[in-house]
Amino acid sequence: MPIEVDGKSLETDEEGYLANINEWVPGVAGVMAKEDELELTDEHWDIINFLREYYEEYQIAPAVRVLTKAVGKKMGKDKGNSKYLYGLFPYGPGKQACRYAGLPKPTGCV
Amino acid sequence: MSEVKNFMYLNRRAPYGTIYAWESLEVVLIGAAFDQKVSLMFVDDGVYQLVKGSDTSTSDMKNFMPTYRTLGDYGVRHMYVDQASLAARGLTADDLIQVEWEDWETEEEIDNIVEVVDADSVAKLMSESDVVFSF
Repeated sequence: MPIEVDGKSLETDEEGYLANINEWVPGVAGVMAKEDELELTDEHWDIINFLREYYEEYQIAPAVRVLTKAVGKKMGKDKGNSKYLYGLFPYGPGKQACRYAGLPKPTGCV
Repeated sequence: MSEVKNFMYLNRRAPYGTIYAWESLEVVLIGAAFDQKVSLMFVDDGVYQLVKGSDTSTSDMKNFMPTYRTLGDYGVRHMYVDQASLAARGLTADDLIQVEWEDWETEEEIDNIVEVVDADSVAKLMSESDVVFSF
């Protein structure tokens, strides 16, 4: 089902991930979060931006385990743990944050 | 939990043109989540998968070369490349990408887990593996 962002209609797949990663704009995360009744904070954006940088560099969405470790390394151990990340993204930091970031679902994620 | 096994992924085909290289990479990414000992072996045209500077912009294929560089983060400890296969294609170790490995708990680091090995080592490493997946 397409989503409406900044007056444009963007195609998504059956699980709600953007069909075309190149169509992503920050507004995408806002619209998706609103549907999930989630208020996006700077902490959410840190993770979303981190995921986009990771994708830019390696061309894949990281597995949640890799994401957790990488966040810990970059932002400190208090953030690089499942409890913190699930606190921000209750549907799963891999799935939900990648969706907001316009990335595909992480490889191996069910 | 069952015993940890040595998994080897054997890559024999050129990166683009068939789906094998990408499929192998995806299986490695998935398999690494299960705490197995994973190593990769590149022989024959498979060595092209690690040659630096691939450009797929004129094809419809996604360039997944950058993805190999994150394999260290997925727990892959060894990426072996067959010396004879490289030589037969006029390539050397200098033509290959480097992949870093780091243990985030102990902060132990290895600058490059890509290693060129001779034919005897290829045979030995394969026979030492519990499971070999061939792509």
